[in-house]
Amino acid sequence: MRIELNEEQKLLRDSVREFAEEEVRPRAKEIDQSGEFPRQFYQQAGELGLAGVAVPEEYGGAGMDTLAYCLVIEEVSRVCASSGVVLSVNNSLVCDPLLKFGSEEQKRDYLTPLARGQLLGCFALTEPEAGSDPAAIRSTAVRDGDEYIINGNKLFITNGTDADIALVFASVDLEKRHQGITAFVVPADTPGYSRGGHEYKLGVNASGTTELAFEDMRVPVEQRLGEEGEGFKVAMSTLDAGRVGIAAQAVGIAQGAFEEALAYSQERQQFGKPIAEFQAIQFYLADMSTELDAARLLAWKAAWAKEHKKRFSLEAAQAKLFASEMAQRVTNKALQIHGGYGYIREYNVERFFRDARITEIYEGTSEIQKMVISSWVLDRS
Amino acid sequence: MTVDSDAVAGPRLKEEQALLRDEVRRFAEERIRPGVGERDREHRFPTEILRELGAMGLIGMMVDEAYGGGGLDSLANVIVIEEIARVCPSIAVSLSVTNSVCCWPIEAFGSDELKGRVLPILTSGEVLGGFALTEPGSGSDAGGLKTTAHSEGEEWVLNGEKAWITNAGAARFFVTFARTDQASGKRGISAFVVPAEAPGLSVGPAEEKLGLRASLTAPVILDQCRIPRGNLLGGEGQGFKIALATLDHSRLGIAAQAVGIHQRALELAVDYARQREQFGKLIAEFQAVRFAIAEMATQLEAARCLTRAAAFAEKTKQAGRLAAQAKLFASEAANQACWDSLQIHGGNGFSDEYEISRLYRDVRVTTIYEGTSEMQRLVIARHLLQ
Repeated sequence: MRIELNEEQKLLRDSVREFAEEEVRPRAKEIDQSGEFPRQFYQQAGELGLAGVAVPEEYGGAGMDTLAYCLVIEEVSRVCASSGVVLSVNNSLVCDPLLKFGSEEQKRDYLTPLARGQLLGCFALTEPEAGSDPAAIRSTAVRDGDEYIINGNKLFITNGTDADIALVFASVDLEKRHQGITAFVVPADTPGYSRGGHEYKLGVNASGTTELAFEDMRVPVEQRLGEEGEGFKVAMSTLDAGRVGIAAQAVGIAQGAFEEALAYSQERQQFGKPIAEFQAIQFYLADMSTELDAARLLAWKAAWAKEHKKRFSLEAAQAKLFASEMAQRVTNKALQIHGGYGYIREYNVERFFRDARITEIYEGTSEIQKMVISSWVLDRS
Repeated sequence: MTVDSDAVAGPRLKEEQALLRDEVRRFAEERIRPGVGERDREHRFPTEILRELGAMGLIGMMVDEAYGGGGLDSLANVIVIEEIARVCPSIAVSLSVTNSVCCWPIEAFGSDELKGRVLPILTSGEVLGGFALTEPGSGSDAGGLKTTAHSEGEEWVLNGEKAWITNAGAARFFVTFARTDQASGKRGISAFVVPAEAPGLSVGPAEEKLGLRASLTAPVILDQCRIPRGNLLGGEGQGFKIALATLDHSRLGIAAQAVGIHQRALELAVDYARQREQFGKLIAEFQAVRFAIAEMATQLEAARCLTRAAAFAEKTKQAGRLAAQAKLFASEAANQACWDSLQIHGGNGFSDEYEISRLYRDVRVTTIYEGTSEMQRLVIARHLLQ
């Protein structure tokens, strides 16, 4: 297997790490506790080209590849998982489908400012009754001349409190289930668009999660993304790609926790010696680093497959499943190594431990990943 | 074939590696698979198949072409071992031991004279090699070995007993570790190339094992065993360092063996689940079975990625840690996969008629030999805490 970072990717990783250490780390703890959305971070990231890493330069992006995108998400998540997911949603769930399915006008009017970080995007698919089963959404879009009238409610929308643009999924015909689902690009200042307040969460608390409501919201036909009934395909292919980003996020969270645990184990003295000299602690560290490297390789492999236009649905699901569960175990052990200190908020591992939990849930739960994987292995080979 | 390992492995093998993989897979299916169950039951060592592997150039495949070897790299090695282990883990370990713990240290540490004398024999494809480090009283604590060597004129004289020696009874040479200085612990250990026909060397009765029954494992007894002075590897006192370097390298062979077994366990689970009916439908339709298979496939890819990445990085500073990570992860994952695959097979999996029961026994040793999982964790932690 030949996945090596090239010079450009190494340079990117180093510069993002520096940016994350200098600009993101100082506020990570504070925004986690207050829930304040990291808008300033997002703007700075946009100036560095990180809001649309894999978007071509002609549409305002950095013109790099999916592996570069993984490196960005990992490095940011290594210090602040909330900032990591904010960036991941804009990159994978908003820019990516606009690039793939958008009209030239949509790319000019929406993708370009989104990729530059001038606008922030969110992905409005999930509803109160449609989580893992998105075909069950009840939001409707009724054609009226040159417009659609959209009604419905969305839930758990990351970036929702601050987003300027929403990618909205609604059905033009509920009877048709997934074949009725259609995607729209909707500016947040559209009349009838409203959003809830900050949803306080167990982890990634500063990621602007909220609910959205659409009441007789009129959206011009030109803002439809793809064809009528194509929305389910847009959503599924977008989530395939998004999973690579979440895998990278999980790797970043685990890496952050691992580094804290490694350093702590060498400083902390008990029974007259650093706890790193105890075999139990050494074995934890060995297992953590092994799983971490395995997860990173799986994420890179999925990124590589996507970049080379190979099938990557299976690879992305495996990377996401493995990396998210790995992050849960690694952050748990990192907390354990810290003992009582790991349980208090002053130490970063307490935050990493909470932040890791969501990676097993959003952009497809572990159970959904296993459905995807088993379908490839059992039904399609 | 239900899971195409290359399609899943993604980041491409180069064309020549893919060709090698296909060639070895074809050979394994056509020549190794027939009779694999009988050889296991009868504890029969497949001399003739190893000859054929030799004729294909796979014995000594990593040795420089100047010594008659194949000049292939570590990545090619893990590809070959994976494919052979997928069909017969016993043959895979016989080959891996010859290549990784006999040929490799001789080429890396031997004098030109020694290499010129020994390597062409090993690369002829007609003989095997072994590695005699472990003793009854020193397993993971290899530094505690008691075998001695002292010089007498133009010879070294070795005395001691080696245990669990793979290929003993078939090997032409053993890379053997003995103490040349009683006083200085690990630094008193030296490495030697001991020909099997050396006077004073005898091989004890083959062990009866839980698995890998078609591979030879036996004690090697050294009683006033005399070898030429030039058979010392490296310098006096370099033996422990040579042993560790060799194991850093050879771990990848065991990781690859585990990946091959894991791959087969997955294939067997998939095939069985797609033909076994219970409660009026295929068990492949039950989510509990589907999710177990998804987990096996995911762990397999992670193990394969770690193994290939470690092979790819073999010449870097991180090689030791990466190889230990690959061996630890791949062997533990393969054990779990065989357990899960047997569970999916239900009662049939417990019968010798089904291949999974043999793999379940064979896989067990992968977390033990060439460094237990515990030793891998020590190696990894040492790298991390440096």
